[in-house]
Amino acid sequence: MSRLHDMGGRIGDGPVVPDAPDAPVFEAEWHARALAVTLACGSLGKWNIDVSRHARERLSPKDYTRFSYYEKWISALADLLVEKGVLSREDLMGQGSEALHELAAKALKPEAVAGVLAKGGPANRDSAIAAVFKPGDAVITRHPGGSALVDGGHTRLPDYAAGARGRVHLLHGAHVLPDSNAHGLGETPEPLYAVSFKASELWAHPEHPNDEVVLDLWQSYLEPDPEGAT
Amino acid sequence: MPHDHSDHPHALLPSDPALRVKALETILTRKGLIDPAALDEIIDTYQNKIGPQNGARVVARAWADPAFKAALLADADPVLAELGYYGRQGEHMVVVENTPRQHNMVVCTLCSCYPWPLLGIPPGWYKSDAYRARAVREPRKVLADFGVTLPSETAVRVWDSTAEVRYLVLPMRPEGSEGLDETALAALVSRDSMIGTALATPPNAKGDAA
Repeated sequence: MSRLHDMGGRIGDGPVVPDAPDAPVFEAEWHARALAVTLACGSLGKWNIDVSRHARERLSPKDYTRFSYYEKWISALADLLVEKGVLSREDLMGQGSEALHELAAKALKPEAVAGVLAKGGPANRDSAIAAVFKPGDAVITRHPGGSALVDGGHTRLPDYAAGARGRVHLLHGAHVLPDSNAHGLGETPEPLYAVSFKASELWAHPEHPNDEVVLDLWQSYLEPDPEGAT
Repeated sequence: MPHDHSDHPHALLPSDPALRVKALETILTRKGLIDPAALDEIIDTYQNKIGPQNGARVVARAWADPAFKAALLADADPVLAELGYYGRQGEHMVVVENTPRQHNMVVCTLCSCYPWPLLGIPPGWYKSDAYRARAVREPRKVLADFGVTLPSETAVRVWDSTAEVRYLVLPMRPEGSEGLDETALAALVSRDSMIGTALATPPNAKGDAA
């Protein structure tokens, strides 16, 4: 079973409501602060982007459903700060020490912001694992879905594409494997591919015979598809 | 290891989301773990400096300059880096071209992955459950929510951003835009046209619609 964040293909959500052309970047001031606090805390160096995503996914189903987008961010951040020992539960209750923290030297300074955002965090790496697929190759995704490494763990194989037959569209090179990196099991980079699937392979009632969905999938999510060899 | 607490620490903070953010910011600031001036700088960056105007410049240049377009479609990263459009959430870019036979549309079903250096922070609808759930299964109905209808000879390819690769749609150049310079062309390129939920705006419709 997947978690609630894995919602691709789910039935029953209402219309998508486009925003007004002049809508502000942040709908509320606290949205902006939530984003900025989260980005700034990344500089403390206690986690990576995969750990951070997984923290949002691990919110309880009840919280994931009732929280708005930035509520998920700020709540997952509070959970991570405690889990990683940066803050204590007493701190969150306003009963902690106000002394300077041992990580304070790592705090993101205003003059460093532009550089940090411009530098980014590339996910491509050298890898000893050779690419076994090339564009055009027929593949089938792992089934059942979910993380192969950790029970209930993080993965980027959406449930709607588990056990599906597709074709390799692009090879992106070797990238950090989130399934591993989200759990402190190392970056274990491996080849990453864009794989295309016919809509009719994924959905019982596809809208159009020629439509397709492309997903970025790691090599360990894929097996060769003997039936798709032509 | 992925431990599901019934007592998540976040429940110790105030339940009102604005107060929850404020409380956490205050706690972290007192301990010297964040600097409010750095937060202001981050917000200013995405509110005023980095946004869809960046992507629109790239699209306009691709429309105007065939060699640039060919290089962009073949390997976007060095082309974009040269323009200064590199950075967080845009480290690995792929640009996909719309044609009369193929329309591209981008989603992140698992979270909200989006090419920040080119488009800024994603709009609310991109992060909504409805878009994340529906875009992969019924893209044409989602396009209808945006007032877009594609002819049946146009196939839809939806890109679900499941890795750190970010996708930008190169919309078709609208009719009637011949002879416009890059600045005028860029004004026809909406944010949504680079996500794939809109078409570029024809010059005569400029200012009328979204």
